Amino acid sequence: MTIGTGGNAGPTFVGMPAVPTPAFPEAARTAVADPVLRGNLRHATHTIRAKRAAAVAELADWAELREAGRLIKDHTLRHLDTYLVRLEESVTAAGGIVHWAADADEANRIVADLVKATGESEVVKVKSMATQEIGLNEALEAEGIHAYETDLAELIVQLGDDRPSHILVPAIHRNRGEIRDIFRTRMASWGRPAPEDLTDRPAELAEAARLHLREKFLRAKVGVSGANFMVAETGTLVVVESEGNGRMCLTLPETLISVVGIEKIVPTWRDLEVFLQTLPRSSTAERMNPYTSMWTGTTDGDGPRVFHLVLLDNGRTDTLADRVGRQALRCIRCSACLNVCPVYERAGGHAYGSVYPGPIGAILSPQLRGTASEIDASLPYASSLCGACYDVCPVAIDIPEVLVHLRERVVQGGEAVRAGGKVVLRPAKGHAAERAAMRAARLALTHPGALRAGQRLASRTRRFHPRTLPGPGRAWTATRDLPPLPPEPFRDWWQRTNGGKDGAR
Amino acid sequence: MSGPVNSRDRILGRVRRALADVREEPGGELPYADAVPRAYLREHGDRTPAETVDLLAANLADYRARVHRCTEDDLPSLLARLLREHGSASLLVPPGLEPGWLAETDVERVEDRAESTPYDLDRVDSVLTGCAVAVAETGTLVLDGGPDQGRRRITLVPDHHICVVRVPEQVVSSVPRALDRLSPGRPLTWISGPSATSDIELDRVEGVHGPRTLEVVLLG
Repeated sequence: MTIGTGGNAGPTFVGMPAVPTPAFPEAARTAVADPVLRGNLRHATHTIRAKRAAAVAELADWAELREAGRLIKDHTLRHLDTYLVRLEESVTAAGGIVHWAADADEANRIVADLVKATGESEVVKVKSMATQEIGLNEALEAEGIHAYETDLAELIVQLGDDRPSHILVPAIHRNRGEIRDIFRTRMASWGRPAPEDLTDRPAELAEAARLHLREKFLRAKVGVSGANFMVAETGTLVVVESEGNGRMCLTLPETLISVVGIEKIVPTWRDLEVFLQTLPRSSTAERMNPYTSMWTGTTDGDGPRVFHLVLLDNGRTDTLADRVGRQALRCIRCSACLNVCPVYERAGGHAYGSVYPGPIGAILSPQLRGTASEIDASLPYASSLCGACYDVCPVAIDIPEVLVHLRERVVQGGEAVRAGGKVVLRPAKGHAAERAAMRAARLALTHPGALRAGQRLASRTRRFHPRTLPGPGRAWTATRDLPPLPPEPFRDWWQRTNGGKDGAR
Repeated sequence: MSGPVNSRDRILGRVRRALADVREEPGGELPYADAVPRAYLREHGDRTPAETVDLLAANLADYRARVHRCTEDDLPSLLARLLREHGSASLLVPPGLEPGWLAETDVERVEDRAESTPYDLDRVDSVLTGCAVAVAETGTLVLDGGPDQGRRRITLVPDHHICVVRVPEQVVSSVPRALDRLSPGRPLTWISGPSATSDIELDRVEGVHGPRTLEVVLLG
């Protein structure tokens, strides 16, 4: 067993690669103005919505499975230290080597050193949110190691020099014609070129990816993956996939390095029976995804001879410290919440400025990274609070509850944990007018006399009211009409008409 | 004086501090079996063994596996026909496969050796295996590396996989029943149909990196 040392990592939190990202409203404005993007997103999300509903309806005990999933994850989080130690023991006993990474930099350094120790300069990768979150590909490139993404959508993103916009289908913002163009123009510089006569038929595009990647799979000596689940009692890791690229990366190379967030643990083997039923139906709307791989350490003669597991914190323990927000760590990355979200459908994934877009991203990114940046402070507002995300979540994360909680943190500030240490956040600057309005509202609502006087004044002056608010209120009325005021306050009307019983208007 | 803290201790320490509030709650130390009541079903619906096999066949076919049924006596001729129809010249054979299964085909048999490279496997047309268990509700075959299934890679690299399932004894209704039968210590591969992707406009397309043709023989 090797234990990664933290070196002199101080209180500074590194987190996800810093992409200069505008706040959500500005980023979303560009996306909403792009008719092709909106068409692509609408088509894809509506395709999957109806299918998911049908796949879920097949199981009469869906509510019970969802509740069991919630309880398993909550129990695990409550005892995370115990289960982490148990997992380390069982993986080690099965022949694996466990490393611990407190942040992105440390995880990247561990992986780069492990690859260099093999003498290889390229790795094949299974799609993994954790390695995207830490910017592993860029970190490896800086060390002269090429990382090849092998998931079809990740390949489209990598070849197109693009950013992922969906958890499950990172190239959801691309339609088939765009994908064909990317394959035609870019495949040659990464390896085997696309066929000359490639059309935009999905089957042909999949075939082009098959041929392009096969040479990389066959020669690969090092594979890098994440994992969907880690079983503490047995040391088993689980990767759920569709294409077979996962199986290629997990079984053909001599060395396998898996980078996994510490919240991916389940206590027992039996727990998989819940998530192997809820995850495929929630994510791709299938009864079961085409391939699931399970491995426990190493097996003589079958698969990699060396297996490294890198356990990643990178803001997860900070999230765990928040009593309301910690439920976000239940997430199994199914992406059902993205597919039903009216905001995601229109704004697209890039506007969220993180590898975790959509409703789950709006509560996960500001917790993993903190709310200091403009984008992270704006994410809790990237929602209409309609609650569709909560309804479909297979582990019952109350996303609207966490959104409101994070809005409060942004506006009012308060205690939080960053990089393991307590910090006191200051109220965000942009919300001074909102705070003043709330203070005025509290004053009015606790002083009936003042409320009555104000309402009467407002009613009498109503013909002079502007349709939009001046000053900081303009942002609010830019997309909304001011509510019309009645000629008479309700309470005056109630008194005058004896509660409407007099029949008078 | 304490030296630099390693990341293992740092992370575990952060977890313990983050959970200070729940540690004080009553009921926090329930044994796991009591902490998570499991009100969900062990299997969905009430079927005879024959009906369970029918459901397996239907769900396999729904995800574009080709399903065949035969008796022990007819198996050699069926396998010979499937290989002929696929145009296969060579067939990967796991070490413990019943030799009688291939009595009626003259296709070249390729044994998987420890030193076989992925390139060697890539030159073989088809692979024939048994399985460990099959799940009716999801149309899933599970391989556990047993002698009639071989290493994980042999059912991955060739483009054509024929899997023989003994029915009804290898068929279970549901995912929970399947996990009961499997050993976590073995490398496991769960297969539901040929390889596929939903990455182009979130619609399912068959045929990416794994075998593009999956044929399942229900033997019984």
